[in-house]
Order: sequence, then structure tokens, then C-alpha cells
Amino acid sequence: MLGLVSLAVFIAVWQLLTVNHAIFYVRFTNVPSPEEVLARAILAAHNPVFGDHIWMSCRRILYGFTLASVVAIPLGLLMGRFRILREIVFPICEVTRPIPAIAWVPMAIMLWPTNEESIVFITFLGSFFPILINTLQGMATVDPVLVRAARCLGAKEASVFREVYLPASLPQIFTGLTVGMGVAWVSLIAAEMISGQFGIGYFTWEAYSLVQYSDIALGMITIGVLGLASSFAIRLLGRLAMPWGAAR
Amino acid sequence: MAGTARGLIEVQDFCLRYETMEGAVEAVSDVSLNVQPGEFVSIVGPSGCGKSTLLNALAGFLTPSGGTVTVDGEAISGPSADRGMIFQQYSLFPWKTVRENVEFGLKMSGVSRSERERRARTLLGLAGLTQFENHYPDRLSGGMKQRVGIVRALATGPRILLLDEPFGALDAQTRLIMQQILTNMWQRLKISVLFVTHDIDEAIFLSDRIYVMTARPGTIKSEIVVPLPRPREPSMTLSSEFLGLRRGLMSLIREESIRAMGGEVSLDSLKGLAINLEGQDLATVL
Ligand SMILES: Nc1ncnc2c1ncn2[C@@H]1O[C@H](COP(=O)(O)OP(=O)(O)O)[C@@H](O)[C@H]1O
Ligand SMILES: [Mg+2]
Repeated sequence: MLGLVSLAVFIAVWQLLTVNHAIFYVRFTNVPSPEEVLARAILAAHNPVFGDHIWMSCRRILYGFTLASVVAIPLGLLMGRFRILREIVFPICEVTRPIPAIAWVPMAIMLWPTNEESIVFITFLGSFFPILINTLQGMATVDPVLVRAARCLGAKEASVFREVYLPASLPQIFTGLTVGMGVAWVSLIAAEMISGQFGIGYFTWEAYSLVQYSDIALGMITIGVLGLASSFAIRLLGRLAMPWGAAR
Repeated sequence: MAGTARGLIEVQDFCLRYETMEGAVEAVSDVSLNVQPGEFVSIVGPSGCGKSTLLNALAGFLTPSGGTVTVDGEAISGPSADRGMIFQQYSLFPWKTVRENVEFGLKMSGVSRSERERRARTLLGLAGLTQFENHYPDRLSGGMKQRVGIVRALATGPRILLLDEPFGALDAQTRLIMQQILTNMWQRLKISVLFVTHDIDEAIFLSDRIYVMTARPGTIKSEIVVPLPRPREPSMTLSSEFLGLRRGLMSLIREESIRAMGGEVSLDSLKGLAINLEGQDLATVL
């Protein structure tokens, strides 16, 4: 309830500032008003090109993020279980991790034959490390008494891995997925602004070049909504995967 | 193996050294003990004397540095569902319901789903846990968790049950109930039990025999037979026989606890205090 009120106040202040073209160091002269944005949104909703932009971005997220999960989760689980693997892979991770995914853009364009692939690659990179690090963390904090209990009940190596290490790490893995999804969007939007054709990040940047100021705000809001929706989807998935209530 | 396999535990001159960065630590030295098939035996001793170490060797997590540890004449080569273990920390799998926890051992040995379910339901019924079968462990009280833990360990039909201070974290009331449940299950299933505790009353109330261990490096200080008849009733804890056993055990353990603390405190200086404490203790019991 209070949330709705604060949102309403936010929009009202926005309306006031833009309608009056307020200037106090920060300039609201060219900033579109909520009304204008709404009008553009209705227009965009009827324009299939806008839908294409959204679809392109979502597809890139889906590919990049899914790929990152499929590689990082098993890798993290195995690294957590086998020390040798950890000692081989960890140094590489530590060196490449501090490089933001956006810094990879020029390199990615050189590496991959198509633009599309390099953008997916950037998205992949952005979400890869949060997922890997959290999976590792999850493996490191598995309660050893549960492992011993399983062995006492006759569980062999593979069963212990499947029945204890994996479910015990799931809450931390989902933390990684949530963080990874956030970083994936950050990386995607940046990559689309720099090198894209299509995509909601490209749409937002292009609006600026084409002096379509209302579309800038529309793009921003769309990005926010998509980010919110995808982190909600991850939470939902977490609830389904962990019915015992670890994902509160 | 079947037929003759009845859960005879034999420990001969068992030694265990932990290799640490500061060098080898002798945790247990020259322990010999046995548990006869169907017997209930307790180990008491000051903390750090190697009780858990001994149990872990029996479970198959540690290899003896010296001596032999056998069950029914066979050396232990690793953990097995033949030897159930209950830990002091709650060890139910949080991601499995009560029934799935109980089924775990059977699942590992390849029992079919329907058969697993049937056996788990029967056992849960015996332990009065039927209404909780679909609960996740985080919804259970501490006593209930340990009860499920015991049922889970018994589900695979082990020959022996090892318990490492299983009721240490429970309140006095719950503890009494758990002792009763454990006694019932033990009598019904006729398996051998080796029970580690720091609670003297608990040891006397439950056991046929009690081993007292010395401070590190742990060895067996003495062996006490508990001649109290069965079934044991809570009122027996007030009998002169019980109190006599208790007094004897307490003085044995007090000596060791002082030794475990480094022995700087002389026994004489503590005597007055100890007698006072004992009086107080008895008053609360009575
Ligand atoms: N993994 C280990 N590494 C080195 N020392 C250990 C290890 N586990 C136990 N110890 C030492 O061995 C001794 C016996 O420990 P433990 O068997 O846990 O005693 P208790 O169960 O009787 O309290 C203690 O002094 C403890 O510090
Ligand atoms: Mg211990």
C-alpha cells in the first residue's frame, strides 16, 4: 500500500519537474514527462519492431545465462569436490574475474564471427562468475556430518554427490543465479549499446541519437521491468527446486 | 555371514594418532573393549578423551594406527549400513521429508520404491512418527529429529548401533523420553549398542555395562557392570543401588576431568567443593 503511494509520489514529482522544465544545475528541459512516455509506450505496444527489440534481448539473455549456468554449476560442483580441479581452474578464475564483462566487448567482436555471438558471449561472461563462485561457496559449506550420515547409510561416492552435495549447495547456487541474472542484464545492455543491432539496450541508445527523448525513458523502464521479471522467474524456480523451504 | 552375524564388537589394543601440522597427536591408546551381541554398553569419560574417535573408527571413518577393531570377527574397512550411527549434531537431510530420510538407507541398497515406502511407514509407526512422515526436518523439535535419526539408522537393519552423545543437546524431559524410546527399540530389535555420553545417570539407566575412559591419550580406566534389573523404570534412579553406582562413577570421572584440565588443581582442594556440588545435585534429583 505504502509502496503504491511512494510510486505515485515519484511519478507526480517527475511530472512536475518535466512539465515546468525545471533547471537547478540538473536540467529537466528535454526530459520527457510521464504522459509523453505513456503515449510512446502505447504507440510502441502496437509496433512490432519494439516487440522485436525486447524479444532479441530476452533471447540473448536466455542463451548467455543458460549457457553460463550449464557450464558454471557443474564446474563449481566438481571443483568443490575435487581439489585438483579446483587448484587448476581457480587461478584462471581469479585473474579473469576482476575484468568486467563490458571490457570484453572489443575482444569479443574480434573473437566471434557474428555480432550476435559476441553479445551472447558478453552476457555469458557477466553471469558466469557469480554462478561459479556461489556454487563453490555452496560446496564448501556443506555440513560434513550430513556426508558422514549418508556414508553410514551405505551411500557411495556418486550417491553422496547427488543426494547430499548437490541439494545442500542448491540455496547458494540460486543466490548465484540471482546475482548472475542481474549482471547478465547489465552486461547485455552495455554490449547492445556499444555494438548492437536490435535489442532493448540498442533501442534506448538509438532513441538518444534520433532525438526521441520519450523512447529513452521507455527503454529504461522496459529494461527495469525485464530485469525484475527475470529475477522473479529465478526466485520462482528456486521455490520449485527447493520445496523444503531453503529459498525463503 | 548370516545366522552367526549378530553384532559382536571387539576392540583390541586400539590406538589412534591424528597427523596434524604440529605433528602426531595420540588421541586414543591401547583401548580394549567388547560389546556382546544384543548388549547395551556405554562409554563415559572427560571431553577430549577420544570417545568420538573410537566411535568413528568403529563406523569406518578412521583406520586404527594400531590394534584391531572388528565386528563379528571381520575387520572394518569403511562405513557401511551394517553399522548405524547417530551423531550429536542433528544429521537429517533438510531437503528430504521425514519418510524420505528414513528411506534413504534402503534406497542406497537398491530396495524398490514401494517396498521402501512400506518399510519406512512401518518403522515410523512403531516410533509414533506417522503423522510427521511428510514434514521437512526444520519443522521438527530437537527430540523429534533425533528420533527420526534413530529410525533412519535402524531402517537398514544394522547389526550394531553407535551413538555419539545423541541426547546432549536435548532438555532433561525430552532426554528421558528419548532414553525410553531407545531402550524399547533396542529390546525389540535385539541389536548391540555402543553409546557414548557424558551424562552418568543416562549411562547407568541405559546400560548393561559401562566403560570409563581416562583423559588424553584415552585408555579404559575401568569397567562397571550395571546389575539393575530390566525393564528399567525412572523410579530406579532413586534406588540405593543406582545412587551407589552413580557415586562410584562420579569419583572416577572427577579424577579424570581434573587430569584432563592439566591436573594443576589438587584433588584435596576440590574435595569440599565437590561434596557440596554433589549434595546439591542430589537435592535437585530428589
Ligand atoms: N581431526 C583431528 N585432528 C587432530 N586432533 C583431533 C582430531 N579429532 C580429534 N582430535 C583430538 O583427539 C582427541 C580426542 O577427540 P574426540 O575423540 O573428539 O574426544 P571426545 O569425543 O571424547 O570428546 C582430542 O584431544 C581432540 O583434540
Ligand atoms: Mg565427542
